Amino acid sequence: MEYILNPWPWYISGPLITLVMVILILFGKNFGMSSNLRTLCTISGADKYADFFKIDWKSYSWNLVVVLGAIIGGFIATQFLSNGAPIDLSVETITDLKNLGFSNAGENLLPPEIYSWDAILSLKGLSVLIIGGFLVGFGARYAGGCTSGHAISGLSNLQIPSLIAVVGFFIGGLVMTHFILPLIF
Amino acid sequence: MKFLKFLFVGILFGIILVKSEAVSWYRIFEMFKFQSFHMYGIIGSAVGLGILSIYLIKKSKIKSIEGQEIKIPTKNKSFINYLLGGTIFGLGWALAGACPGPMYILLGTGVFSMLIVIAAATLGTFVYGLLKSKLPH
Repeated sequence: MEYILNPWPWYISGPLITLVMVILILFGKNFGMSSNLRTLCTISGADKYADFFKIDWKSYSWNLVVVLGAIIGGFIATQFLSNGAPIDLSVETITDLKNLGFSNAGENLLPPEIYSWDAILSLKGLSVLIIGGFLVGFGARYAGGCTSGHAISGLSNLQIPSLIAVVGFFIGGLVMTHFILPLIF
Repeated sequence: MKFLKFLFVGILFGIILVKSEAVSWYRIFEMFKFQSFHMYGIIGSAVGLGILSIYLIKKSKIKSIEGQEIKIPTKNKSFINYLLGGTIFGLGWALAGACPGPMYILLGTGVFSMLIVIAAATLGTFVYGLLKSKLPH
């Protein structure tokens, strides 16, 4: 039980993510989470505004069920399968974060400096969440996929476009982490 | 009932991503700082085993559980949309610390401020849909 309650090492987690992808393939589907955002747009009536959203959302409803399961999985993992052990971040990461004003790095999954109610009630905090979310949603559709669709599924299927997208993920991520985050925090 | 199996896959996915800490903003920051092998190990082992799995699935001509031929979609051959879209995605990923899977999973862990990120991501997708014909692809 202790092995389950402690954080899982990469060599357990990585192969289990492959298992999720393989199960979905054997179910006749594919592993990609960002397409759900398009389905949500269609359900909300976006098909009246752009042809891009003129899709039969019912044929994608299985993926919304995966989303529902993922929410439940997040609940189960934190409520019943965790012992509250802090994230074992590297010493340099904790130091770098402290210099940016992030204290107690790794005690929660997310930094309270960004995600607590106090933070989101400030203009800066709210802007970070809105801009961050917007870029993820816009970029994922523009690139035709996200971490699951490109970095896991696409690379596993040896797709060059996915490799280009992953290079893009890193260009954006490195610019944000090394140059923009220090300006914001 | 046909949806129940997808619910279980989702639950499995949510548990794995929380227990692996891949849903953590801190782990994403650490990855982009190249200060830990953890995230590279997760993605690397997932892709390594994924390449082998898809190779075997294609080679064995195995059928899906509904008895149909398995078709793994290939991506359109273009360049600029992958690079530009990917870069925009990466900026948001490192800022919010959450990509489209973890957004929902984190909501389930009790972080309700994630609803703002999910709403903004849906809006981002909507704006892409409006601008699609005007963007280079």
